[in-house]
Amino acid sequence: MVEPANTVGIPVNHMPLLKDELDIVIPTIRNLDFLEMWRPFLQPYHLIIVQDGDPSKTIAVPEGFDYELYNRNDINRILGPKASCISFKDSACRCFGYMVSKKKYIFTIDDDCFVAKDPSGKAVNALEQHIKNLLCPSSPFFFNTLYDPYREGADYVRGYPFSLREGVSTAVSHGLWLNIPDYDAPTQLVKPKERNTRYVDAVMTIPKGTLFPMCGMNLAFDRELIGPAMYFGLMGDGQPIGRYDDMWAGWCVKVICDHLGLGVKTGLPYIYHSKASNPFVNLKKEYKGIFWQEDIIPFFQSAKLSKEAVTVQQCYMELSKMVKEKLSAIDPYFDKLADAMVTWIEAWDELNPPTKA
Amino acid sequence: MSSAEINKNEVDIVIGALNADLTQFLTSWRPFFSGFHLIVVKDPELKEELNIPEGFDVDVYSKTDMEKVVGASNSTMFSGYSCRYFGYLVSKKKYIVSIDDDCVPAKDPKGFLVDAVSQHVFNLENPATPLFFNTLYDPYCEGADFVRGYPFSLRSGVPCAASCGLWLNLADLDAPTQALKTEQRNTSYVDAVMTVPAKAMLPISGINIAFNRELVGPAMVPALRIAGEGKVRWETLEDVWCGMCLKHISDHLGYGVKTGMPYVWRNERGDAVESLRKKWEGMKLMEKSVPFFDSLKLPETALKVEDCVIELAKAVKEQLGSDDPAFTQAADAMVKWVQLWNSVNSSG
Repeated sequence: MVEPANTVGIPVNHMPLLKDELDIVIPTIRNLDFLEMWRPFLQPYHLIIVQDGDPSKTIAVPEGFDYELYNRNDINRILGPKASCISFKDSACRCFGYMVSKKKYIFTIDDDCFVAKDPSGKAVNALEQHIKNLLCPSSPFFFNTLYDPYREGADYVRGYPFSLREGVSTAVSHGLWLNIPDYDAPTQLVKPKERNTRYVDAVMTIPKGTLFPMCGMNLAFDRELIGPAMYFGLMGDGQPIGRYDDMWAGWCVKVICDHLGLGVKTGLPYIYHSKASNPFVNLKKEYKGIFWQEDIIPFFQSAKLSKEAVTVQQCYMELSKMVKEKLSAIDPYFDKLADAMVTWIEAWDELNPPTKA
Repeated sequence: MSSAEINKNEVDIVIGALNADLTQFLTSWRPFFSGFHLIVVKDPELKEELNIPEGFDVDVYSKTDMEKVVGASNSTMFSGYSCRYFGYLVSKKKYIVSIDDDCVPAKDPKGFLVDAVSQHVFNLENPATPLFFNTLYDPYCEGADFVRGYPFSLRSGVPCAASCGLWLNLADLDAPTQALKTEQRNTSYVDAVMTVPAKAMLPISGINIAFNRELVGPAMVPALRIAGEGKVRWETLEDVWCGMCLKHISDHLGYGVKTGMPYVWRNERGDAVESLRKKWEGMKLMEKSVPFFDSLKLPETALKVEDCVIELAKAVKEQLGSDDPAFTQAADAMVKWVQLWNSVNSSG
């Protein structure tokens, strides 16, 4: 059995790395009580809260946190007709937070994620580990068997080409979860009691050309490097699919990172995932996705971006065209999604006009 | 997972003896080697008699035995660390587990000795998943599974060709790195096994490795000898080259290569600074190898492992031969290896 950490008595971090360069984006529909537990690690940072569901509800934010909050009315007001690309009644709405942020880095976490304990019993400062991951290079062109060579006590192994040891910039840090693992509905139904108790003490770069299932529960990224690709798609209310928002973003992000020579890491940090969602509800949401992903995956695996696509936006626009061309045949949903991808980029560029350095 | 569940008749443990006295080595591994058949191959350049303790089911091969099987001119192929490949050649088993003679069993974080043999065989017997990365690592181990978003059509996996283990204490770092960080020891026990994705290249270390001999034996090529190759791992690259070939061929044939557990505890041997004094040829050869393997496409018609090795050797000769004589020699050795493999194993 694994338990969350008890963070009572841990002093608030007085030397928070990247305090003014990082926003924490949290989607919520209920309350943010979980932040109390995260206070020692997260209080110094600015929060962007994206309130989903009924905008007339008031979300209580624990005292002492500096935040801005957006509900559906705010999203509609700020984006106008372009608000159609932001999902409703789904945590995919969180990507609105990425768009309005003005910071270089984003950390996003779900409101049912608590602080985990490492094997020594110490509370894991997940944000600090994400920052370390983002600030150290990635190594996507050659797999290092000792995992992240930049960690204390590790290095590149014998045979690792010296010309590749400088690494590339890290765009994404994908964290993991103890306790309730991120399983799909069928697996949850078959193994309702399975808990992830295995603390794998490693961070690694996912090799170039390899896709992975990106979970949005415990995720950080360099917004300046990859932000426009972090669109979490059309999910939830009025849509035929749910629980594929982060997956969709992850596949787009990985194709673009591979194309632009950026790195994606996975592994530490762990958070403690406390709530298992209802598997029957999940099955209804995921149902179409389970079949569609059989076509979506080969699509992304063979997606080739042009040499002319040198910015994230250009890459993303090319991808949206390819989605329209190749995936609309599966379902008209993809036609809508491709349009929404374009809307997203237009909205992103409007809210984030390019500044000359 | 215990050794009782493994069919010991399917496994050969192959040890390359670069040290004459194997007493400490074999005694420390006795709990995990007992019940298995061992093949000990003596480095043909080692002059002293081997010292092997009692109680093991072991066949020992020395230079004379080698020459009987492969001929005197070919025994040079098996000198130094490459002597273990002779063991792979003459084995009749499905799985091979090979551990360097300066390694002993490691302890896991709970203080228990790690049964590296069982873990390797478990890795080999379970499917690999090279076509899509599972963020919870090995989905077939206890307490884990495929995560949300992992395509269902890919969940049955593919056959596992090799299991690459790791090392606590003295990790397999190259000479420049170890010389720079003389005190560095690997104390990090990462509790995971994972499949290295298809198309991803990696440096496979021969220190602690296992493979499915029936599946990919001919691809385990003792081919690349760097000038001044020595008797310490810092002065060799044969395993890294073998691994690059193996991975490429596995990717081509749709097999998987796993990495991670088991760990072994690797002891001090040699001096990284001493090894540095020699011009480190390996560095240059690796730099040339990487773009070669990165762009290499084996023909679709190469469907058998032996054919893949021959095609690979052809490509090495054509594209790398002019860069360095070591590559031409490697290509020739690869062809010779397949010939030897076929002749030794055709009568089996």
